[in-house]
Amino acid sequence: MTHMTHVPRVKVRAHGRLAYLPYLLPGLVLFAGVIAIPFAMNVGISFTRWAGVGTPDWAGLHNYRELAKDGEFWASFRHQFGLVVAMSLIPAAIGLVLAAALSDVIARRFGPRTASVLRACIYLPQLLPIVVAGIVWSWIMAPEDGAANRLLAAVGLDSLAHDWLGDPKTAMWSVMVVMVWFQIGFPLVIFMSGMQRVDPSLYEAAELDGASWWRRFWHITVTQIRPEIFVVLLITTIYSLKSFPQIYVLTKGGPGGATNVPSYYSYQNFFEKTEVGYGASIASVLTIITIVLAIGFIRVQARSQEEAQ
Amino acid sequence: MLAALTVLAVVMLVPFVIVVFNALKTPQEYSAEGPLAVPNGVYLEGIKDFWDRVDYGDKLLNSIIISGVVAIAGVIISVLNAYALGIGKVPGRMWLLVMVLMANMLPQESLVYPLYYLFKQVGLYDTRYSVIIVFTVIQSAFGTYLLSSVLAAFPRPLLEAARIDGASRWQVLWRIVVPISRPTIIVLLVFYFIWTWNEFLIPLVMLISNDNQTVSVALGVLQGQRLMDATMSSASALLGIIPTLVFFLIFQRTLSRGLTVGAIK
Repeated sequence: MTHMTHVPRVKVRAHGRLAYLPYLLPGLVLFAGVIAIPFAMNVGISFTRWAGVGTPDWAGLHNYRELAKDGEFWASFRHQFGLVVAMSLIPAAIGLVLAAALSDVIARRFGPRTASVLRACIYLPQLLPIVVAGIVWSWIMAPEDGAANRLLAAVGLDSLAHDWLGDPKTAMWSVMVVMVWFQIGFPLVIFMSGMQRVDPSLYEAAELDGASWWRRFWHITVTQIRPEIFVVLLITTIYSLKSFPQIYVLTKGGPGGATNVPSYYSYQNFFEKTEVGYGASIASVLTIITIVLAIGFIRVQARSQEEAQ
Repeated sequence: MLAALTVLAVVMLVPFVIVVFNALKTPQEYSAEGPLAVPNGVYLEGIKDFWDRVDYGDKLLNSIIISGVVAIAGVIISVLNAYALGIGKVPGRMWLLVMVLMANMLPQESLVYPLYYLFKQVGLYDTRYSVIIVFTVIQSAFGTYLLSSVLAAFPRPLLEAARIDGASRWQVLWRIVVPISRPTIIVLLVFYFIWTWNEFLIPLVMLISNDNQTVSVALGVLQGQRLMDATMSSASALLGIIPTLVFFLIFQRTLSRGLTVGAIK
């Protein structure tokens, strides 16, 4: 059988590969219509002055020059940095320690069921639509009789009661707290599954050498799951750039722009100020940042695949 | 250690618990006893009022239709793409895969205005079709990437044996490749459904009339108007949480399996 098929196979291959092209056709047509063309249009629009009706006026790099001078735009990037901390760095750090504690200590001493129940509880917020998470928290942080303020009063800290989301000084911090709560589950789950492939003999050897838990965590666990750590940091950073929903429900970028981020700022320009060209240039800057991060992601994936082979 | 982690797990759940508590209180009870007290009884009127006020049943139906159609259509497109890329190994597939991955990560902010404009031109603005078409494509990018790498490792002898028996490529796809890839396909269906359910920016822009809105859009817009009192807010939050909990209970296995094969947003 193998002998018979061997000869025609070579010929079939070259011709055969092209025979699969029709299967790509629906995907390619849809991709062109929904992603490629709109994306190209957005880049085009970013070089114009346009209110969304009539013919756009060519403006060259005008919008980008304005962006460079726009204080609101730079402020939105500073807030974005806060979101990267709250949605990527802090959850990854907490998730790493939790994952090690759950898969190492809890699963071994109290059984894998206990570990997976705890993991599920911590992961739960991740499943919520981010809009609903925002509604829950803006209600908790409500100024007068919100649960957060009542809780403070209950433990005798009335003086700390506050309009958490309404005061420019605390608004960004409050948004960050909500995002940490929302995000911890994601790195936790990814890291726990990464830790499953760490060779147990490494730990046994370290234990024989008398290494402390902390040293084993740092030198074995963290080193072994480095690819997962990198992927989580990149994906969550990219995800934090798409922060429109949470800002929309929690603060609408306010008070006084104190929580505005590039994602929300582009929406404001598109649909509230109808400065479509300006909005498009903000979206393009966001895209460039995302692509740079995505290229990093693809390269790390390719490298870890090579290592696996 | 167990104690510390249990405390953390409870803290993570506290927001859910107080939402449930307060959604079950009468407005009088809320203003008298505040948000932290355990409800005196089960008062469902608040939830029912909110349900009627936003026609929550319609919103649920819209979300189910949109997410369901996207899940199925997205999987079909992913399977077709991955068949050509992973098994057919069409020329230029590396570039196509990189493009697909980029499409998956692209910020929707850079697509939303042109899409809004184009859908207005073709008369699909403010219809469920607009959102279905957009998310079928956006979600299928992820599945194309994932399934292509799964199918690239597909046992060749199986395919060749079927071809020798006279099966066409189309038959090989549906009779051999799809049944064998079922576990991955189910993971994709569940993830596409939940991801689409949770989408906000593009549905908010596309679906302006009440009749077409999804759960997330309806709740988000209402929250944005800041017109709700405390008990109504918690009723709305509860109604937003319940479908998620239902999915979680139904799909728990698939979700955790999905996370281990790398189905990450």
